[in-house]
Amino acid sequence: MQTPSPSSADRPLRPETLAKAPAIVAQYPQKRSATMPLLHLVQEDRGHITQEDMRWVAEQVGVEPMQVLEVVTFYPMFRQAAIGRRHVRVCRTLSCALRGSYALMEGLEKALNCPRGETSPDGDFTLEFVECIADCGCGPVVHVDGAMHENVEPAQAEAFAAKLKATLKDPDYGLRAPQPGTPEWNG
Amino acid sequence: MERLNPTPTTMPAVERPLIYANLRKPGYTVDLDCYLKHGGYEALKKAVAMKPEEVCKEVELSGLRGRGGAGFPTGMKWKFLDRKSGKPAYLVVNADESEPGTYKDRQIIYKDPHQMLEGIAITAWAIQAKQAFIYIRGEFIHGARILEAAIAEAKVKGFLGQNILGSGYSCDVVVHRGGGCYVCGEETGLIESLEGKRGYPRIKPPYFPAVLGLYNCPTIVNNAETLAQVKHVLAFGGAEFAKIGVPGDSGTHIWGVSGLVKRPGLYEIEAGKATFGELLYDFCGGPLEGRKFKAIIPGGSSTKILKFGERFKGRLPNGTEFDWALEDIPLDSNSIAACGTGLGTGGTIVLDDSVEMIQALSNLNAFYAHETCGQCTPCREGSLWLSRVSGRIAKGGAKESDVPLLLDIANQVAGRTICAHGEAVAWPVQSAVPKFKDEYLESIRLRQRGEPLPKLKLI
Repeated sequence: MQTPSPSSADRPLRPETLAKAPAIVAQYPQKRSATMPLLHLVQEDRGHITQEDMRWVAEQVGVEPMQVLEVVTFYPMFRQAAIGRRHVRVCRTLSCALRGSYALMEGLEKALNCPRGETSPDGDFTLEFVECIADCGCGPVVHVDGAMHENVEPAQAEAFAAKLKATLKDPDYGLRAPQPGTPEWNG
Repeated sequence: MERLNPTPTTMPAVERPLIYANLRKPGYTVDLDCYLKHGGYEALKKAVAMKPEEVCKEVELSGLRGRGGAGFPTGMKWKFLDRKSGKPAYLVVNADESEPGTYKDRQIIYKDPHQMLEGIAITAWAIQAKQAFIYIRGEFIHGARILEAAIAEAKVKGFLGQNILGSGYSCDVVVHRGGGCYVCGEETGLIESLEGKRGYPRIKPPYFPAVLGLYNCPTIVNNAETLAQVKHVLAFGGAEFAKIGVPGDSGTHIWGVSGLVKRPGLYEIEAGKATFGELLYDFCGGPLEGRKFKAIIPGGSSTKILKFGERFKGRLPNGTEFDWALEDIPLDSNSIAACGTGLGTGGTIVLDDSVEMIQALSNLNAFYAHETCGQCTPCREGSLWLSRVSGRIAKGGAKESDVPLLLDIANQVAGRTICAHGEAVAWPVQSAVPKFKDEYLESIRLRQRGEPLPKLKLI
């Protein structure tokens, strides 16, 4: 299953992350509303959410850690285990399926050496089917980290996988400002 | 444009972009300068020069109906706001676009955020909201950043935030990201989620948001596009806006067509001024090469399926009798409702003769089973059973009695749950089983005989 990454799990949250919390909490008339924004913040920092993080969030918003765990386990986007270096989410729902998302998934499983719902043995990719991500006219769509790739036809699975593998060697991956009309803008 | 529609009317249908008018222009950008160059925030100036109740009156006059799927009259919703309790009122924008087949709000958020923000400012003024929240789906990561940047720009110029346009009225707007959960698009589930809890929908009564909403305060929850439409209501004036479209359904509808057509895409059409035939043949270019249309799901996956070749007969609310083929149905909410389904979000999913219908149904059943919040037993158990039973028809191992069983399960879900997710679970099954029963039985026999299966895999 998913490979735990001890380096990110053990380290404390970054100081920038901690510093952002008070302003986020202050946006809301009731502190508890900041639960999800803080969980997103933690997940952006570490890649997933640990027990210790949940205690920290609970303290910030004034609830019991159990009430944060309830939220973490309810929403599909929050995760408690580390994932691969690239998170590849293929839309499974009808509009994309009609355009071949199942065949695309089979192609990606092969090309990335990663069964759906799992992380590849080298820890490079986590490949998942997700439900409708609201880009139905351009199906099949694939959401990779912060970028939305549209019209990824099943025949292109191998070429698309090669493009994703190339990003592993890109030192500026995810750091460039998104430009309109690009997958990064639509992500 | 070449006419492909088999039952053409006299005038070719054309788009009437209102919401998408600017964002389609080449070179149009999301920044405030660009929006101002295109007449941005003029409607807000008009609004703050009026009394809040006058703004509400204009919206009521306009006949605008909500664009989130249910089509409730916006002006009437605002009227329900409890103003006697003395508690502060909140405005919550539902930008949790998650209904399968729906991708219209995404365009506004990613390409023209100020249009929606102007609608928010006008609405906040009209209902005198203490604060506004935009609940945006968690997957719109960059969309949330675009909105945050736009809010910051608008605050600097006094369109949002403190003392809006010198009116003395202040309203802060906060962008709140969801967590990938469909049921949080249901307004009371959304409110729970915004309070930092699981998105379990609340029971009505007593939890009508206009009375007991966010933090148990009066709350108006409006869809993202509805708020963009409000800007145009103010720009035109309520009475003028009501002339766009047809009586009972004013303004434009954005048809987001997906699935098996030549040109899937978004088409903004004046309500009632084109038919499904014109949408699918003239705008979308008809079926793919060598294919024939089989069915459409007209307004998001929860609306009831329509089959090509069916006849739709009945009487409209105004008394007119009709006898239509699918291609003849006019694109307004009353006509579509009269055919036994709904305009919903306008997200039309098109299926052709390459589709095995049980796989399409099973795909949707899997969606609803994944998204049920689990609070109500009929929905939690029903959605899982529907997914399991349709799944075994699609994958093999089913009995012929499984087909009526699908209907039996669906009939025990609708109307027995706290929120409309129960209906969303049941309607696709309740509408599709009677129409495609014979094909489902054939799918079972095909697998029993071990014959080759259709090429297109949907589950």
